[in-house]
Amino acid sequence: MHRERFTPYLLIAPSIVFLLFLFAVPVFEALLLALRAPDGSLTLANFQRMSRDLYFADAVRNTVLLVVITVPLQLVLALAMAVLLQGIARGRDLVLYVWTIPLGVSDLAAGIVWLAIFTERGYLNSFLNWIGLIERPQIWLSYETPAMLFLAVVIAEIWRATAIMFVILVAGLQLIPKEYGEAAEVFGATAWRRFWRVTLPLLKPSMQVALILRTIAAFGVFSVALALGGRDIPILAGEAHYWYNLYRNPAIASAYAVIIMGISIAITLVYLRLLRSRQDES
Amino acid sequence: MRHRTFYLALALIFCAWVLLPIFLLTILAFTERQAIFAWPKGLLPEAFSLETLRFFFGVQGVWRALRNSVVVALLTVVFALALGAPAGYALARYRFAGKDAYRVMILITRAFPLMILAVPLAVRFIDLGLYDTPWAVALVHTALALPFAALITSSIFLGIPRELEEAAWTLGCTRLQAFVKLVLPLALPGLVATAIFAFVISWNEVFAATILTLRERTLTAYLLTVLPDSPLPFRFAGGFFLIVPALAFIFAIRRYLFTLWGIANR
Repeated sequence: MHRERFTPYLLIAPSIVFLLFLFAVPVFEALLLALRAPDGSLTLANFQRMSRDLYFADAVRNTVLLVVITVPLQLVLALAMAVLLQGIARGRDLVLYVWTIPLGVSDLAAGIVWLAIFTERGYLNSFLNWIGLIERPQIWLSYETPAMLFLAVVIAEIWRATAIMFVILVAGLQLIPKEYGEAAEVFGATAWRRFWRVTLPLLKPSMQVALILRTIAAFGVFSVALALGGRDIPILAGEAHYWYNLYRNPAIASAYAVIIMGISIAITLVYLRLLRSRQDES
Repeated sequence: MRHRTFYLALALIFCAWVLLPIFLLTILAFTERQAIFAWPKGLLPEAFSLETLRFFFGVQGVWRALRNSVVVALLTVVFALALGAPAGYALARYRFAGKDAYRVMILITRAFPLMILAVPLAVRFIDLGLYDTPWAVALVHTALALPFAALITSSIFLGIPRELEEAAWTLGCTRLQAFVKLVLPLALPGLVATAIFAFVISWNEVFAATILTLRERTLTAYLLTVLPDSPLPFRFAGGFFLIVPALAFIFAIRRYLFTLWGIANR
């Protein structure tokens, strides 16, 4: 029976060793790569070179704007879908399947899907032509139409990644006891009031998880933008990709990766603080 | 009753929002070149044709990329389950010091973007001679999938009554025998779902696959690098092939979706 005490440690040991070498060590090495000069001394030169790059400022602006605009929209949309699902009896399984399909779609594929719609002779222009708004194909995805290009990326991202939030919120809704809503109904609360006063507060932990996961993932997305607009719409993760694959410069690529990690962790902490303090007030 | 109809209409709109873009891409993948460049386009396909797909598979490197994607995803599945399932079992069945710390460690891995792993690992893999092999990509994908695998399998094992296992021990089974003969068959559907989940994670991953390969591209890495210079029919056919397995996989694991996501996100 004495051996039993060590069994769980034997079972988790392989995964710990693996994550040590393929997670902890690389994170540390990325910091070193970004902070070291060719001669081995510590330096901020890589970060300076990164920040002076032509695409840097645009990449920061685009990435932050993209996250700030898409993630809240996704949360609202996912919430609406999750509540809507509760009101559906027949065909619920089918609706659930269809709504979760984007879970399996990569950001690259999502970019290509929406390229088919926004491209010059694509479905959007064909539709606009059909309702009589335009005569000839309109170009949407070029550096000359930055607003539309950005909007296309936003739409593709909302299309692809709302499903993840939706599933987390539906799982959260299932945990809320029906009695709470019923009790509120007995006291005469309208459906709208029940949603704001009962469902939403109880759903806060799930919303927190959904927000954090989605935000972190959103900072890593780049192939949607790349598929739709190439480098006409620079994104932080895309720049890391270009600096490694095009310029063969791991140091600057790591500097970008470190910036992305820094923002991800900072945002996670902000969410945790914001959502917690509000919970304490109520 | 009016509410019902309203709900249903809204639900259908959301369904169309998800399905219509995929439908349109599918049409483009199954028409001829001409139809892809046609102006203006109709909503319905003009003529069914395999020309675009034939063109796609005729391009050098496509088959190889497809094969690499499958190999990498299968390796990821094996690694993630081999490393994650034992940890999941430990979390489900044992009480031990450090259990909570282990859980927290697993969750913390998700706050780190993949870029931070891929770049230094590419440098390391070059030294080790692993660079540009499916193994290298699979190892990084395992780092992504392993935390999920551990949490998901732990919830699957938790769902199997402990008493069954204890009964087997009293009847003379060793711990291992009880696991293989009793727990494993019961856990199998859940483990298969976990495997499919890991497969999809790997199949869809772009950044690490692009950084870690040069000639042995996976399908995503291959498409990403040739995308800017390739004609539209090629892009649409490629996009279609990225999506098809995803549709099938999500369908296969739809019953486990909430075990996979609901619990993995606690």
